Amino acid sequence: MRPLLHVDDLKVSFPTRSGLVEAVRGVSFTLGRERLGIVGESGSGKSQTGRAIMGLTPPQARISAARLEFDGIDLLSAPPKLRRSLRGGRIAMVLQDPKYSLNPVMSIGRQIVETLRTHENVSRKVARERALDMLAAVQIRDPARVFDLYPHEVSGGMGQRAMIAMMLVAGPELLIADEPTSALDVTVQLEVLSILDRLVADRGMGLVFVSHDLRLVSSFCDRVLVMYAGKVVEEIAASELGNARHPYTRGLLNCMPTLGTNRHPLPVLDRQPEWRL
Amino acid sequence: MTIDSMSPALSVKNLSVVYGGYHALDQLSVDITPGEAFGLVGESGSGKSTLLRAVAGLAPVTSGSIRLQGETLKPGRRERTYYSRVQMVFQDPFGSLHPRQTIDRQLLEPLAIHGVGDGERRILRALDEVGLGAGFRFRYPHQLSGGQRQRVAIARALILEPTILLLDEPTSALDASVQAEVLNLLEQVRRDRRLTFVMVTHDLGVVTHMCERIAVLQHGRMVELVAANDLVAGRITTEYTRQLMRASEGFVRASGLAA
Repeated sequence: MRPLLHVDDLKVSFPTRSGLVEAVRGVSFTLGRERLGIVGESGSGKSQTGRAIMGLTPPQARISAARLEFDGIDLLSAPPKLRRSLRGGRIAMVLQDPKYSLNPVMSIGRQIVETLRTHENVSRKVARERALDMLAAVQIRDPARVFDLYPHEVSGGMGQRAMIAMMLVAGPELLIADEPTSALDVTVQLEVLSILDRLVADRGMGLVFVSHDLRLVSSFCDRVLVMYAGKVVEEIAASELGNARHPYTRGLLNCMPTLGTNRHPLPVLDRQPEWRL
Repeated sequence: MTIDSMSPALSVKNLSVVYGGYHALDQLSVDITPGEAFGLVGESGSGKSTLLRAVAGLAPVTSGSIRLQGETLKPGRRERTYYSRVQMVFQDPFGSLHPRQTIDRQLLEPLAIHGVGDGERRILRALDEVGLGAGFRFRYPHQLSGGQRQRVAIARALILEPTILLLDEPTSALDASVQAEVLNLLEQVRRDRRLTFVMVTHDLGVVTHMCERIAVLQHGRMVELVAANDLVAGRITTEYTRQLMRASEGFVRASGLAA
């Protein structure tokens, strides 16, 4: 099958008073209708990679790539109007914290309807029905009640489901999830992930899952890119994570305290300067 | 002040914290022995942070009592010496340091409040103890990474030489690699100073690594009190704890789904 997304030598840098900060330094990958995880610690450039694909890089940033293509469309040279129609329509993004990324003065239902009507020419009535269906699809028990609630009236897990509903209502082909569950409780996290998992599988979407949690990502994705200092240091099938070769990946796996291991003190990551090269 | 070495380091009895009819903490009782590391786990809203905040004097105690080394706290304003014996480290190293004060100034503040002289030596010692060194003394928080800020917060808590350290999710805002460093640091200061830890976390891996006994909280009540070894071995009695255990194992794809 033809890949959905081509990223070749993507670079994102930010001019600052103290010089150019290179956040992403040559990332390349292709994505089909599969689940790809991007893992790294803060500052590794994983979120900026996702944002560049979505077209949400801040205006002062410099962005370049040999190829940044979504379904045959060159994203870097695409006019803003075309990018706007892609964003939220064919490419959607789930953000970390529903508290900050939902509109606080608009009911949840209206936000979902707004997304749908921006991208599709449907009547209010049909839009409302599709929004309710979508809320039901993310396992919200009483969609009609939640439709009229405001973001501050729902819990974090519910808010995150509402955001997933909003992102999927226009039927995107590519979903970028940037730490979709990091702001949630552990027990709620799994519920949200299984909803996301089912919807991605049912609809045959491509998924880019950005997270700092290597174990979580590997249990959820097919393939994992490990980023360090703006570069991909290792690409590995999620099932092969135990055989990771790069010392950074192994260090990350090793330094987590887990149930049943007794290591005092914990091994820490010994960062080598050559990893940055 | 009399300190009874046989009594619990911290004893909480029938403690309730009620916010406008909502019971954040509902008749909770727990004894923490001196030198112990005691963990509190549960989902958000379970009251685990409220317990720490009530002990630290940051949440209003509605009823019940708190005893520190055998001494019952009187209602009303607490004595200043209480706060030099109980110190707290907060979750977010970006929010818990004053953005416009140097590290030196922030470490001096508790000393000034408690009228402790000898600031110079104590500050240098505290910085050294948390692995930062004197070079960080006159920097501002924005010049430090998350892990370094959390080290400053730990230094600030230790500078009054407390006996009990309250830790509210001290590493959940940090990267995994930095978390390991901070956990190692906490274990070391606990050993060196014979501290008692009360630690709130949602990560069962972290809590079993750090603590000897763990209380599982739900809806402001303790549903289970379990030794870390028993938790690891799965010797648990309540369904809620089991649910937390499953959640900590990570995502498992439901079988029968078309991938």
